Amino acid sequence: MPSLSGDVGGLRLENPLILAAGILGTTGASMRRVALAGAGAVVTKSIGVEPRDGHPGPTVVRLGVGLINAMGLPNPSYRVFQEEIDVAREGGVPVVASIFGSSPEEFAEIASALDADGFELNLSCPHAEGYGMEIGCDPANVEEITRAVRRAVSVPVWVKLTPNVTDIRVLGIAAQRGGADAVVAINTLKAMAIDVESGYPILGNVIGGLSGPAIKPVALRCVYELSGALEIPVIGVGGVSCWQDAVEMIMAGAAGVQIGTALMGGLEVIGEITNGISRFLDRKGWSLDDIRGIARRRGSSASSKEYPLSASSTTSKSFDEGETHKEVL
Amino acid sequence: MRFRPANLVIKDVVRETAYVSTIRFDRSLDPTPGQYIMVWVRGVDEIPMSFSAPDSITVHAVGDATRALCALRPGESVGIRGPFGNGFRLTGERILLIGGGVGVAPLAFLGEDVKTRGIEVTSLIGFRCREDIIFLDRFRRLGDVILTTDDGSAGIEGRASAGLSEIDLNDYDQIYMCGPEMMMIDIIKRCREHASRIQASINRYFKCAVGICGSCCLDPEGIRVCVEGPVITGDRLLESEFGRYRRGPSGMRESCY
Repeated sequence: MPSLSGDVGGLRLENPLILAAGILGTTGASMRRVALAGAGAVVTKSIGVEPRDGHPGPTVVRLGVGLINAMGLPNPSYRVFQEEIDVAREGGVPVVASIFGSSPEEFAEIASALDADGFELNLSCPHAEGYGMEIGCDPANVEEITRAVRRAVSVPVWVKLTPNVTDIRVLGIAAQRGGADAVVAINTLKAMAIDVESGYPILGNVIGGLSGPAIKPVALRCVYELSGALEIPVIGVGGVSCWQDAVEMIMAGAAGVQIGTALMGGLEVIGEITNGISRFLDRKGWSLDDIRGIARRRGSSASSKEYPLSASSTTSKSFDEGETHKEVL
Repeated sequence: MRFRPANLVIKDVVRETAYVSTIRFDRSLDPTPGQYIMVWVRGVDEIPMSFSAPDSITVHAVGDATRALCALRPGESVGIRGPFGNGFRLTGERILLIGGGVGVAPLAFLGEDVKTRGIEVTSLIGFRCREDIIFLDRFRRLGDVILTTDDGSAGIEGRASAGLSEIDLNDYDQIYMCGPEMMMIDIIKRCREHASRIQASINRYFKCAVGICGSCCLDPEGIRVCVEGPVITGDRLLESEFGRYRRGPSGMRESCY
């Protein structure tokens, strides 16, 4: 079987499948369990300066095509979270702390206080006043906050971006300028649902974020755009629920792939996806490096016209130069 | 699979005690005893409630949402997600029910459900005082009942565990339990050798109820109580945080008293 190990955003991972922030990430025990189920790394629930109980319920609306949630950044504050990270590390894979704040100083305060293998900056939660995408839509904020955390820690810094903007590449470039080791795309899409029996918005917070299969094509497009515009790696997240979805993300240019809503079906999906990727690569005679960004190479003539923001055009080896046993499309 | 909240009309509300009411809906949700639903009191909050019968929940008014729920009138409605979770699993021919306070509600449902299959049912139920007793007639119709009250105003004086001396746990194929956490862990610890035959319905902070938000996870295994519970066997609880601490809405550890 081909190796799935490699560098993802400055971390050496056994496989590129990563637990997304906000999913089973409140306790060290649940993160350890996800790690033992086969994830290459885990990202914690987003942690802030003060404890927060989160929004009143309902906090989730389940749809046929995904899930809308408005949890409201519940967290016990960074002051009591180190013990959870330490337990999560017993799972044997890198533990990335997702953190949120309202200013560069708050982000830096939290990052300085936690011992984690990396940090993911939540500049993209769509349903918490004064946090997440409310500050993360402004590229100047993204750059400044990224720089503040970059200066505060020596481990990799990832920046999770919101898709609720006109051009996500502008945010990616801001993160890159601020010194990010990778960007993570995408957080949820702003959404809502109404109870027709009563006329009430279903979510306690009225507005939430849509995740799951419905957003995968949007996430894929964002990963494609970002990987064409940035020098730093892109980690894809949004609606991945089977190995084909993960392969698509990698073909769009993702260095790693995060999984969240799909865990609703059970933790077994982690092994199904990693095994599926392995079998696929084996069948094709390809490696992860062979397929990463292949979609851009296939459609390269269009990309230079459509993506004027591109900081560097990715020219990679042609597949025609591949070894003879490899399948050539 | 029902995705969005279903509208359920309230048929009647029965006041059981000063703080406990049974809310009966206009239709059954066909739950397994021990399963729960997320009840959305519109404009207030959404809370998990276990069934006290196939078409009813029994609510202790202790917070905003439970008080609002108990104040609803027949003809009004709530939004429902579920039924969710793994309920009680029927094992054997003779069973013991051990309940405390409003925790007796899912046990009354379980007892009535299995009685139709010829199962022999004994109940040990405890309350704080005479005024707090609920469903005594329902349990008496099922079989022998041992009643305790903390203040001795009815039955044996003391906690539910005080009634254990009246029975031999070896007589029962399976023991089903629901009540305050400290009562349940106390009994499980006293009956350690029977722990694998105890099925306890437990509480943790449920938010998503679909097994992904992580707020209800039980240390040290990370059991997602909302989907893998709420019924968990006594031997697993003995090795867990149960009875030592729990997590509140923020994820912060707090006392389980």
